[in-house]
Amino acid sequence: MNTTELITTELVDLDLAAGDRAEATAHLAGLLAGAGRVTDLDGFLADVRAREAQMPTGLEGGIGIPHARSAFVTTPTLAFGRSTEGVDFGAEDGPAHLIFLIAAPEGGGADHMTILASLARRLVHRSFREALLGAADPQAIVDLVDREVVGK
Amino acid sequence: MNIVAVTSCPTGIAHTYMAAESLEQAAREAGHTIAVETQGAAGATPLSAEQIAAADVVVLAADVEVRNRERFAGKPTVAVPIKRAINDPSAVLDQAAAAMAAVPAPAGPNAPVPPAPPAARRPVTAGEGPSGATRVRQWLMTGVSYMIPFVAAGGILIALSFVLGGAQIATKVNGGTFHGVSYPKVTDISNLLAQAGVAGVLFKIGAIAFSMLVPILAGFIAYAMADRPGLVPGVVAGLLANAIGAGFLGGLVGGLLAGGVALAILRIHVPKAVAGIMPVVVIPLVSTLIVGFLMIAAVGQPIAAATRGLTDWLNSLNGTNAIALGALLGLMMAFDMGGPVNKVAYTFGLASLAAGNQQVMAAVMAAGMTPPLALALATALRPGSFTKPEREAGQAAWLLGASFITEGAIPFAAADPLRIIPSLMMGSAVTGALVMALHATSPAPHGGIWVIGLIGKPLAFLVALVAGTAVSAACVVVAKSLGRPVATRAGALPADSRHVAVAG
Repeated sequence: MNTTELITTELVDLDLAAGDRAEATAHLAGLLAGAGRVTDLDGFLADVRAREAQMPTGLEGGIGIPHARSAFVTTPTLAFGRSTEGVDFGAEDGPAHLIFLIAAPEGGGADHMTILASLARRLVHRSFREALLGAADPQAIVDLVDREVVGK
Repeated sequence: MNIVAVTSCPTGIAHTYMAAESLEQAAREAGHTIAVETQGAAGATPLSAEQIAAADVVVLAADVEVRNRERFAGKPTVAVPIKRAINDPSAVLDQAAAAMAAVPAPAGPNAPVPPAPPAARRPVTAGEGPSGATRVRQWLMTGVSYMIPFVAAGGILIALSFVLGGAQIATKVNGGTFHGVSYPKVTDISNLLAQAGVAGVLFKIGAIAFSMLVPILAGFIAYAMADRPGLVPGVVAGLLANAIGAGFLGGLVGGLLAGGVALAILRIHVPKAVAGIMPVVVIPLVSTLIVGFLMIAAVGQPIAAATRGLTDWLNSLNGTNAIALGALLGLMMAFDMGGPVNKVAYTFGLASLAAGNQQVMAAVMAAGMTPPLALALATALRPGSFTKPEREAGQAAWLLGASFITEGAIPFAAADPLRIIPSLMMGSAVTGALVMALHATSPAPHGGIWVIGLIGKPLAFLVALVAGTAVSAACVVVAKSLGRPVATRAGALPADSRHVAVAG
């Protein structure tokens, strides 16, 4: 239904080097801006920070999902980072190794959002997380998301 | 077990769906049936009335208010923070089973009704939702977000009326004497255009919109707490807050009170025969009566007494140190922005003006302009410290502050009173003191920057204004960064396990 992909290889960083969640988020947001998915990096980061401040987005099982609906996002997009040493996202059981920066456009209608909803639903499945952890290269991540979320 | 669930999170793009998937997965594995309504950005397919009627138990996994919660009235209900449903869905289902077991099975029509203890009759709410402070903030933010458009529409119309009609426009509409000219009150609104012109019409529309600020605030605070049943007692509490001159702080109290009363009534289990008329007759009637009575008797009278006391006290101070008086008036102007304390200070300014002291009027006016200006500045400097509706309100606040429409600051103060009000009082005190120290004067009781031509020593007036705005904005920025809970720990531990046994 839309021509832009949810994720591309340039939006994947399998060797995310970041000390804390601000760095991790900023780095992934930089990828989004580089790909033209985000029009104003600082504005978008402020929106993500505001969401993160309400309640940290770390989840048990080593997952961080910083996200925002923002006026600076052009199309629903996912940037993915994998960190061996982990980045603290405020989860009870330790740092996050899989970090998904989810960017949703502010005015996006419901059908725009269904793709992100199905992404969120996949995230709670252990098999999906393990496949992401084991992926050998960015193309494997993109294929996985395309297959499991987009249904290609 | 037959479960209906609602999931909802602040952004509505991630946790809402993760929680739904987790709960569905866990329920399937445990052999339960479940239907989940995801109140998120991708739109919700509402639970059908049949699904709800057939459900044994309701699970609410939400960090924001669940819409149309009254559908579940009378059902055993479990409310949990959304992350708990994602991290540990089986524990949430266990909790649901426990809540279901705690409610006696509905007795058949012929079965004798056992005299159940009152606690067991209410729907059981197991587990805690988000922490108390977080919930209160959510309720206040709901009220504020509905109020902001009224502030913007009413405030900008009033500001425009001053720009077009001059400082006398308010007096032209309301009657009285301005700068030596007397105007009759416009008694018949159909004569408004002829008597006061287009500017008068704008002023009147703005004033009417403004009269809804507090009712909308109180109404939607109560709505956030108790859903639709909260709206009537909340709006009436807000109207009464207006009538007794309790201002927006009175509206906050009234809204919370109304929501609490409506919730309490909703939890009373009633026989089926009465249940049908509960939402249309009983709940609105009883909740409005209780809340209205409390507002008039328990809130209204102390406020009237305090207003009299404050007025006498201010009058007794007249003639003492002028700079200290200016600072005090500044503190009062910024305290409740249109509430009783502000009104005492403003009335004192009017009385001083009538007695020929134009300095006090200038101090009062400048100190009343500072709060919205400071918040406009603070939102421009630190957008990240404010919510999106607040940032939008911040843009309108420039014009409102410049026009001496102190109400432009109310959305911010209502959402976070403990941080915002003291910060605004600091800057307004500085402004009030500086106006007195620098001997600026104003013969006009309102109009703000648009009557700068009438102000004596306009430069001094502006210096005082800018200084106070800077002080308040700095205080707001600092206060917003201090003591902000980094993480909401809600749900990390059940309340009981927090007790630490201390030996001896």
